[in-house]
Amino acid sequence: MNDPNPNPASLPPPFTHTEPPPVLLAQGAEAFLYHTYFLLPSRPCALKYRPSKPYRHPTLDKRLTRHRILSEARTLVKCSREGVSVPGVLALDAEGDGSGGGGWMMMEWIEGKTVREVLQVGAKRRKEGVLVEGWENNVEGLMGKIGRAVGRMHEVGVVHGDLTTSNMMLRPGKTLQQNGETTHGEHMETAEEILRGEVVLIDFGLAGQSLQDEDKAVDLYVLERAFGSTHPEAEEGFQEVLKVYGESYKGAKVVLKRLEEVRMRGRKRSMLG
Amino acid sequence: MAELQTLHLAHLPPDLAVHVALYTEVQNAAYLRDQLLQGNQDFEYALIDASVIISTTHVLAAVFRAANDHLNKRLKSRNVHSEIVFSLGANNNIAQSLRSFGITAMTSNLLAIKLSTDPSITSLTVSQHLSTSIKGTLVEFSDANLANTADIAKIKKLYRLGGIGDDGNKGRRRRKDGSEEGSHLSDGLNDKEKGGGAERERKELEVAILGLVALRGAV
Repeated sequence: MNDPNPNPASLPPPFTHTEPPPVLLAQGAEAFLYHTYFLLPSRPCALKYRPSKPYRHPTLDKRLTRHRILSEARTLVKCSREGVSVPGVLALDAEGDGSGGGGWMMMEWIEGKTVREVLQVGAKRRKEGVLVEGWENNVEGLMGKIGRAVGRMHEVGVVHGDLTTSNMMLRPGKTLQQNGETTHGEHMETAEEILRGEVVLIDFGLAGQSLQDEDKAVDLYVLERAFGSTHPEAEEGFQEVLKVYGESYKGAKVVLKRLEEVRMRGRKRSMLG
Repeated sequence: MAELQTLHLAHLPPDLAVHVALYTEVQNAAYLRDQLLQGNQDFEYALIDASVIISTTHVLAAVFRAANDHLNKRLKSRNVHSEIVFSLGANNNIAQSLRSFGITAMTSNLLAIKLSTDPSITSLTVSQHLSTSIKGTLVEFSDANLANTADIAKIKKLYRLGGIGDDGNKGRRRRKDGSEEGSHLSDGLNDKEKGGGAERERKELEVAILGLVALRGAV
């Protein structure tokens, strides 16, 4: 990146005069992620901006940007049409303003925390010696929801390409309504409160459409490795992900079988690249 | 009571105001359509059959897309107003989109949209011209009114989203089937889903439509 610290002013039109300006949330090698809004200030959204790369030939640069934005959007639209929980696509511009300004896509804003953050809250509490009642049970429930979400996605023929706990959000429901059980009066959230919600898969920048068991197994393998390194304390919980995944759609069992093979040899089958 | 609404969409230049009027019981649709076909400059509006619009967001997303293409000087149709109607479509066939979403001789619920592409176009000039040109009842441009005029079956057909309601249910049922373990967690959510079924379906449909409008043909 030639501009290590871009401010919102470096966004392309039509975002140049947005008031208040979009807030930069994250920056990757390919894209910037902003929090802004769609049409009206009451509708928050995420803006993914892929700037042009000055070191690429302009023609190639435009083609790559266009291709990547459209492919991510296509996958997201396919998922939301098929009922997989992902952010919906609101608007996009794969061509940019014609002056080589890159392209962008606006997506639905997903409330909540990433699964990674949520699991780390629990791990931290327990390290501090705070016992969170029913934590294991509720983590197991969350693992099941992850298995089901990934299963649904694979069922419709989409592979994510970068499944990690940072690329899964836990979207809480509208309101917290417990039948009078919140009268404990303590402000410490319960395990159920921390871990409740719907699993929403995000960041389909590396996603593709595939019905091959190999690709799905690699997806699971990547997630398994990510779990092992990010949440060693929850590693045995991953068995629950696989268990529920295996029951989530026809053909899932075959993928799990394939996963064993992938584990033995690693992610790359072809041994190229 | 109701009057023409002037909106400023997020991210668009402040001077590019959007004027929107929703009419019911329109009596002179055939005449209005003829003006468009003859290329009468005074009638340069996006005239949309409101029965194929599910919500304010739906039509405004098309306005946003057309306005952005207008600002970047890559309109595919004659002007930004026809581009709005074209942008509502899910494919690159201009004539088909104008036929499906534009005014027809039978249109009785009509959305008229005009962009202030020139400083001489103000909410006053637009509302004066509309009130003398359209024979119908002006109602508020709101989700509630569009919900009354929307023909959901027709919309699903136009966007080929026939499966949304049913498919969604199928998916949800499947989810419940496979959720014996840890289902105590999702119970709360499922209850809510059951309560707002129609509302939820409408939201799902809207999200899917916005995606198709954004992609347009690149699916």
